[in-house]
Amino acid sequence: MTKQLNLTLKVWRQKGPEDKGHFETLPAKNISTDMSFLEMLDVVNEGLTLAGKEPIAFDHDCREGICGSCGSVVNGLAHGPEKGTTLCQLHMRHFKDGDTIVIEPWRSRAFKVIKDLVMDRSPFDRIIQAGGYISVNTGAAPDGNAIPISKETADGAMDAAACIGCGACVAACPNGSAMLFVGAKISQLALLPQGRPEAARRAIRMLQTMDALGFGNCSNVTECEVQCPKEISITHIARLNREFLKGAFAAAESG
Amino acid sequence: MLLDGKVPGGTLPEKWDRHRFELKLVNPANKRKFEVIVVGTGLAGASAAASLAELGYSVKAFCIQDTPRRAHSIAAQGGINAAKNYQNDGDSVQRLFYDTIKGGDFRAREANVYRLAQLSTNIIDQCVAQGVPFARDYGGLLANRSFGGAQVSRTFYARGQTGQQLLLGAYGALMRQVAAGRVTLFPRREMLDLVIVNDRARGIVVRNLIDGAIEPHAAHAVVLATGGYSNAFYLSTNAMACNVSAAFRAYKRGAFFANPCYTQIHPTCIPVHGDYQSKLTLMSESLRNDGRVWVPKNPGDHRPPSQIPEADRDYYLERMYPSFGNLVPRDVASRRAKEQCDQGKGVGETGFAVYLDFADAIKRDGKSVIAQKYGNLFQMYEKITAENPYETPMRIYPAVHYTMGGLWVDYNLMSNLAGLFVLGEANFSDHGANRLGASALMQGLADGYFIIPYTVGGYFAASGLETIDTGHPAFTDSIRSAKDRVQRLLGVRGRRTVDDFHRQLGHILWNHCGMSRNDAGMKKARSMVQELRAEYWENVLVPGSAGDFNQSLERAGRVADFLEFAELMIIDALARRESCGGHFNEAFQTEEHEARRDDENFSHVSAWEYAGDDAEPLDHKEPLSFEYVQLAQRSYK
Repeated sequence: MTKQLNLTLKVWRQKGPEDKGHFETLPAKNISTDMSFLEMLDVVNEGLTLAGKEPIAFDHDCREGICGSCGSVVNGLAHGPEKGTTLCQLHMRHFKDGDTIVIEPWRSRAFKVIKDLVMDRSPFDRIIQAGGYISVNTGAAPDGNAIPISKETADGAMDAAACIGCGACVAACPNGSAMLFVGAKISQLALLPQGRPEAARRAIRMLQTMDALGFGNCSNVTECEVQCPKEISITHIARLNREFLKGAFAAAESG
Repeated sequence: MLLDGKVPGGTLPEKWDRHRFELKLVNPANKRKFEVIVVGTGLAGASAAASLAELGYSVKAFCIQDTPRRAHSIAAQGGINAAKNYQNDGDSVQRLFYDTIKGGDFRAREANVYRLAQLSTNIIDQCVAQGVPFARDYGGLLANRSFGGAQVSRTFYARGQTGQQLLLGAYGALMRQVAAGRVTLFPRREMLDLVIVNDRARGIVVRNLIDGAIEPHAAHAVVLATGGYSNAFYLSTNAMACNVSAAFRAYKRGAFFANPCYTQIHPTCIPVHGDYQSKLTLMSESLRNDGRVWVPKNPGDHRPPSQIPEADRDYYLERMYPSFGNLVPRDVASRRAKEQCDQGKGVGETGFAVYLDFADAIKRDGKSVIAQKYGNLFQMYEKITAENPYETPMRIYPAVHYTMGGLWVDYNLMSNLAGLFVLGEANFSDHGANRLGASALMQGLADGYFIIPYTVGGYFAASGLETIDTGHPAFTDSIRSAKDRVQRLLGVRGRRTVDDFHRQLGHILWNHCGMSRNDAGMKKARSMVQELRAEYWENVLVPGSAGDFNQSLERAGRVADFLEFAELMIIDALARRESCGGHFNEAFQTEEHEARRDDENFSHVSAWEYAGDDAEPLDHKEPLSFEYVQLAQRSYK
């Protein structure tokens, strides 16, 4: 059943990367329980605009949980309280009338705030540029069925490939590590025969880049897996570590 | 003026080979001297930018999102067609070609569609090599499923996330070229103008969405891969940032806009609920493989679905179309759903929904098989509606999903403006009046990976392009007009928000230029759009400033373009005196309420030329001649 909620928002407001930022308390009135979280923010923003104030800046695009644009820490959890859910898929029926909701951007040394809840996540692109692909030019591919891949392997690669690059794993990690993001890509490509030739080189380069960009390391807190909206498993971090070690030994042997 | 599609000679199967041989080549050592701007990084844009860079061209890639990986291609769920015939069920290039031409209601260019079918097989190979984890059978070979408008199983898929996986493949290829220094990336940029020098497209002007700076960029060619215009309707399945602005700016600089009235209304979306709603969510067409569509037989039957016995249900698609059943093309399925609801048989709170029921499939195959195929879609449905589709049928209703119209292009994918190439959903080329499921991904990647790398080269080799830079007066002009427009939007300081206007525009288009159209409604809609546009420039309220991260200002510019573009859609819809595919004018239908084409008078593309803000656009025609298929009334019975 649809109900109406009256809520109090404590929203992070920050004019730009150099601004210190602060929490602003805003009412959110007559919110339907059928609204998504972002639709609730839309309603608040319409009110702010009409009142002559600046609306809250937040990233969003597909609003169906696949583009990875949206994401805020809601009451201390990346993407809010529902498991396996992006912020755009979180519906207001999961909140109660009278609730106070605290909304902040990802807190990470590597992701600078652009404005309010909007962050610069381009460091993820830089990590992928370091090797998160298979080096194949257009036109050079053999027939798609030339190399059979067992269903289990294909499914395992797909599990890893489901990552949407939102950065929630970094926000959830006390070390600000991007190991789940990096592990998912390395794992997807290391599982597939097409990705094997570059597996060692890829793991070493992506991890070096991750370190250089200011992300922390993994100390098995496992919060990333808990808060990941696509429920990517930390076993992919284990595979990353294996691929990295194999690569490092091979590099050492060949001098 | 009659437009020439520049279709090469030879028989249909030979044309593309022959054309590739005829296109001149650029000396490999010279390629890096040619700069190409690619706007948009969806499937078409990312694959084009990566492939052009691999050849050695210097590429600048622009996107509106914070990273190229977020382009809206990512949301495509169901799959990608290819004439591999791995299933041995009678598929072939010829059959994919015919299905696509027929699915488009015979309003596409034959030679383009044939080439698309030919290239479809290369796409799958390319994507597998990139590490796209397509679904596989236990033997380790690629799996297929069926999609609407086809009787063979030729759709390749990666769970319900095919678009995501294909885009990440293309994005990886693009990132590899960024690392190699051959692509420079410009994220969070919005194109505000196309720059023409000596009758050729030579650059663009963009707004940096972070600090509001207006930036000029020059090149030897401009490639637009900026998607479709479904968001003219406000509510659609498109992502929030999807817009017509880049294409419309090009139109205002002289590029012809073709068939803007061809809009696709997708039959299986989660129904509208509430005024605050910001977008609609698609439930993949692949669900119609196993889901059965039905409504209560009797109008006003409000019993819950579980209490409506078989005898009181009408599986209307299976009844009306025994050979295609639930897998009829999208335009047909959508119109029939509307018809049922208009007869009072709609279900749910609003009465604007029909059931999509999986009970039989779960009984037949077991819940785990169904969960494997559609698990993420069922989960998405439950998140939005709080109903479990394993236990109760989904409620679905049609929603705007894709636009077949777009900038006019010839066989080389070049618009009437030399040096301006248009790819993917942004062009008009391959889907005619209705796109079949799993064909958009195919077209985007065919354009980007396999067509544009050749035709851009052919253009460079054949034209002597002078060196220009952004100091040229044409750039100065564009920068000034872009800045003026931003100031004008901010200066109105009215009383209504941008979204408020956008929502109203959406209502006008949905009611009068949507699934079912008539002359009186469209004429009324045209004047309503004109009035709304006039009010917009006097009463819109855009907060904030120009030199800042300002999302309201971004939307304001896009909605201003939609308000002009909507009128062009209506003009085109009024001019097409027939029904075909996604354009259904009630005056032109068969006794069985199917679209009735007029091949004698309307077997052509309508390409509109901008003639000034206060003048009617000019209608140019490209006649469509069919040498290899026989035009027929589409039948899916």
